[in-house]
Amino acid sequence: MKLWKDFTNGIVKENPTFRLVLGTCPTMAVTTAVFNGIGMGIAATAVLIGSNLIISLINKIVPSEVRIPIYVVVIATFVGAVEMLIKAFSPALDSALGIFIPLIVVNCIILARAESFASKNPPLNSIMDGLGMGIGFTLALTFMSSIREILGAGTFLGKTLFGAGFEPALILILPPGGFLIFGLSIALVNKLTAKKA
Amino acid sequence: MKLIVIMLSAIFVNNFVLSRFLGICPFLGVSKKVETALGMGLAVTFVMALASVMTWMVQYFILVKLGIAYLQTAAFILVIAGLVQFVEMVLKKTSPTLYQALGVYLPLITTNCAVLGVAILNIESNYNLVETLINGVGGALGFTLAIVLFAGVRERLETSPYPKALDGFPIALITASLLSIAFFGFSGLL
Repeated sequence: MKLWKDFTNGIVKENPTFRLVLGTCPTMAVTTAVFNGIGMGIAATAVLIGSNLIISLINKIVPSEVRIPIYVVVIATFVGAVEMLIKAFSPALDSALGIFIPLIVVNCIILARAESFASKNPPLNSIMDGLGMGIGFTLALTFMSSIREILGAGTFLGKTLFGAGFEPALILILPPGGFLIFGLSIALVNKLTAKKA
Repeated sequence: MKLIVIMLSAIFVNNFVLSRFLGICPFLGVSKKVETALGMGLAVTFVMALASVMTWMVQYFILVKLGIAYLQTAAFILVIAGLVQFVEMVLKKTSPTLYQALGVYLPLITTNCAVLGVAILNIESNYNLVETLINGVGGALGFTLAIVLFAGVRERLETSPYPKALDGFPIALITASLLSIAFFGFSGLL
């Protein structure tokens, strides 16, 4: 029961993107296409699960004064591994995400979960938390990238959706559109949850 | 000439915050007042200039020489974290006034992705040491410019009426979006 709660926490209640507003840089930078959004989500999820597990295992032997640098090294190790895997298995994703793959290291979601969850909870719970947060992040990226790709390019996962009469709103896949859609998405989530409460 | 192009490109055309999406967290977090935004901007400028040079040296004098370039990400983040700590200690000792002014923002810079971002971009663009420094300083000045302008707008937003659902982050992001459109005007500059 507790495990299930840890898992769903990241998807709805503390969604890292829409509720905690963490990891904003990749959120806006990679959501120009659904493929990139999902790819980034999966990469970050893999790093989250790995780093949460290791940090929860080592938290008893890490002196608290130097814990942040140690966490960062653990995270950087997993990011390095994920980076090499993506380069080897999906060069297209590698060139689409570019600099934002190594930048997963400084994605605040991962360090925030390490500090606020994994360092205080047993390994199994930490894995579930990492998985939940990762899925929450992936869903948020998929949601935003769907809006941006459909309206901004008229395609979904690269397939053309509309006839020749459709004029895509190019601004949405350009940087200003990233800020705009992110802002409106958070506003929408705020609006929906405010009604429920 | 190439140096001027790199500088202008980093400040205006490829502004780190508004067109490359680097350093969004401090951009949204520390932009409620113009003064604090300026303080953050200066601290970032200082660290980014130093970090650009340091990571460039680490890349070419250590990682490439030893053939362990795949450790780049881990090595760079350690260099940056160490550098921030070091800058903090030096400032504390030599210039307490500046230390007081920057105070809380210094440790935050480690997780500013603009710093790691500029380090990686310098290597990817095959810049030499001077170009690296110029790109680092330019990028940081662009960050400062964006965050100070943004803080100015946000100060006025405080007294403006807008729908309740937009309170907090949404209205800030929509403001940033408009600012980003404005910076788009620079894209034909170079």
